[in-house]
Amino acid sequence: MNAQHQPTGSAYFMTAETARPETHTLSVLVDNEPGVLARVIGLFSGRGYNIESLTVSETEHEAHLSRITIVTTARPNVLEQIKSQLERIVPVHRVVDLTVRSAELGHDKPLERELALVKVTGTGDNRVEALRLADAFRAQVIDANTEHFIFEITGRVSKIEQFISIMRPLGLVEICRTGIAAMNRGPQGM
Amino acid sequence: MAGKQMEMTGAEMVLQALKDNGVEHIFGYPGGAVLPIYDELHQQEDVEHILVRHEQGAGHMAEGYARSTGKPGVVLVTSGPGATNVVTALQDALMDSIPIVCLSGQVPTSLIGSDAFQECDTVGITRPCTKHNWLVKDVNQLSRIIHEAFRIATTGRPGPVVVDIPKDVQFATGIYTPPSPVIEQKSYQPKVSGDLDKIRAAIELMATAKRPIIYSGGGVINSGREASQLLRELVELTGFPITSTLMGLGAYPASGKNWMGMLGMHGTYEANMAMHDCDVMVCIGARFDDRITGRLDAFSPNSKKIHIDIDPSSINKIVRTDIGILGDVGHVLEDMVRLWRASKKTDRSQLADWWTRIANWKTRNSLAYSSNPDVIMPQYAIQRLYELTKDRDTFITTEVGQHQMWAAQFYGFEEPNRWMTSGGLGTMGYGFPAAIGVQVAHRDSLVIDIAGDASIQMCIQEMSCAVQYELPVKIFILNNQYMGMVRQWQQLLHGNRLSHSYTESMPDFVKLAEAYGATGIRCDKPADLDDAIMKMIDTKGPVIFDCRVAALANCFPMIPSGKAHNDMLLPDEASDEAVANAIDAKGRALV
Repeated sequence: MNAQHQPTGSAYFMTAETARPETHTLSVLVDNEPGVLARVIGLFSGRGYNIESLTVSETEHEAHLSRITIVTTARPNVLEQIKSQLERIVPVHRVVDLTVRSAELGHDKPLERELALVKVTGTGDNRVEALRLADAFRAQVIDANTEHFIFEITGRVSKIEQFISIMRPLGLVEICRTGIAAMNRGPQGM
Repeated sequence: MAGKQMEMTGAEMVLQALKDNGVEHIFGYPGGAVLPIYDELHQQEDVEHILVRHEQGAGHMAEGYARSTGKPGVVLVTSGPGATNVVTALQDALMDSIPIVCLSGQVPTSLIGSDAFQECDTVGITRPCTKHNWLVKDVNQLSRIIHEAFRIATTGRPGPVVVDIPKDVQFATGIYTPPSPVIEQKSYQPKVSGDLDKIRAAIELMATAKRPIIYSGGGVINSGREASQLLRELVELTGFPITSTLMGLGAYPASGKNWMGMLGMHGTYEANMAMHDCDVMVCIGARFDDRITGRLDAFSPNSKKIHIDIDPSSINKIVRTDIGILGDVGHVLEDMVRLWRASKKTDRSQLADWWTRIANWKTRNSLAYSSNPDVIMPQYAIQRLYELTKDRDTFITTEVGQHQMWAAQFYGFEEPNRWMTSGGLGTMGYGFPAAIGVQVAHRDSLVIDIAGDASIQMCIQEMSCAVQYELPVKIFILNNQYMGMVRQWQQLLHGNRLSHSYTESMPDFVKLAEAYGATGIRCDKPADLDDAIMKMIDTKGPVIFDCRVAALANCFPMIPSGKAHNDMLLPDEASDEAVANAIDAKGRALV
């Protein structure tokens, strides 16, 4: 899904791409109806855009609205296309580029958090070390017996990445991550 | 609620909703999953059903119907193969922005997902090739969804929609809601009028232009007849030269004094040179398609660009524009014409040098071809067809290939909605069913499908439909025994190795016409051509005209792949060697 990194094969796209790819976080407000996620994902795969992270859940039950958070990397002109193409989907209400919006609001970047469940098995020193590190990372133990822990950790993506890489040699057996939930600082709504 | 609510079955609702949305004709093919709707069709006379011979034909007929009338075309197909067969036409309508409402039957809701007989995931398959689609699981939602389908297909940038209706929903009884003038939908709100500040800025820029050009497209046709009229006024007021895409032909008359001919890959030398050298480009309802721009990094390098489009994703998609005006072409043009009238006095002398240069390019005579007393040149055939039909009430459709480009180059269109062709998708087999659709809407007009010998065989089965409904469509085949455009590219790219582009076994088109109960005419002598064309026009029923043309003629001028507008291959320079070397290694990978 990284077609925009290459000449597009089609027709006359021989123009030199000079701008650098940027990573942006988009919030998309959609009607929660059957197939809406397929429309969004199909747009990304069909037009060769990247999805680095995708989170979706109904946020307004009465209005049947879901909020989709997508992290994507592309050159600035392609990012503009992604937003315009998303807005063309009929059940899409709004598309907000949180990365652009946070810059407008004078912030460094949007608040982004991810939750991960991490299962670690082992005994002896490794087990003690895993628990000590989990404590340092403020990960909670949500299940355990004498041979394993399941940790719940919430935080920035970099923190979760780091926690997972530290746990790997200590007996990591299973990971589940939610993808990014994101929002901008300040009193303003989306 | 606007009208009375009524209780009825899903199948009855379908017919009621069609009537309430002003539908008079639908194109379809019955099958197990739409039988309840066909039963309702049988019991009424308001909606006329045209029975096709293949669902792809139904889709293209609806496209021709829509393009020639400005109304949506309606298609009715069954589940499974019925739905998959119409996919090509849906994608074609999506790319050319044609409003189509396709109703498909589906297996009963209880069987969905069980790999039932004639089941397919219709909404899944058609999701990327429609503007929007629905699977209706509740009969009480059916009427609302059909009304919404018509609204979405016809508003904003028009396009195809699919409503997939399971058989049990067609049988179920529920409440019918008539179309409401109040739009309940919140998410889909296409913007119609353009930003006045931007329109003012555009007018300012246009007033300073010394080398301007208007480049218009299919959006002008879609916006309605009024938009074409406003475009003509704008050209008259500003004195700017105008060129158009394939889809936009007819919005400005070919006989107009500012007309430059079509632009792009097979456009005229003057149109492409003017695009390359202009200082202000006004793009109206076109989308900088790759057939138009040629090599992008050399596309009109020194111009400021104004782009009017109803689809925000079209603006800045391919080419960076300086002023992007989001809105319906007709509304924006109305403001432009009004503002220009109010404030600007056109200084024609400012454009004098530009028009001199254009006149100079025109003398290059880029559409020239060498005529031949013994063999019909394809260009000559189109010219004669044009001369003999131009004073009649004529509609032209085409298939896809060399004949399509020659038709665009040599047939002069004076009015919008008279030219139906598959521009974006390039669907061979489009033209004949599209012509049938046009004829259904215009029973007394002369409808001609300019075809190639290969393309026509892709939907020839619809001759049976034309004969059944006494639709006197004329098929004018430029028969050169080759897939001409494929061969032309093999000559350009592949050392003249003509891999599978020659049709060794061709049907006898005269006998084929007769087999269907139509009339066949053959002509292979330039001297006989006029009489033969007149005979075709005077024949009451459908005709297949087998026009035997020069087999190896190629379509010029041409911008070869990877080349810029000012790097065209002109007919008098297109020697075998020039053709073989026109595209370098880099251009070879491009389509």
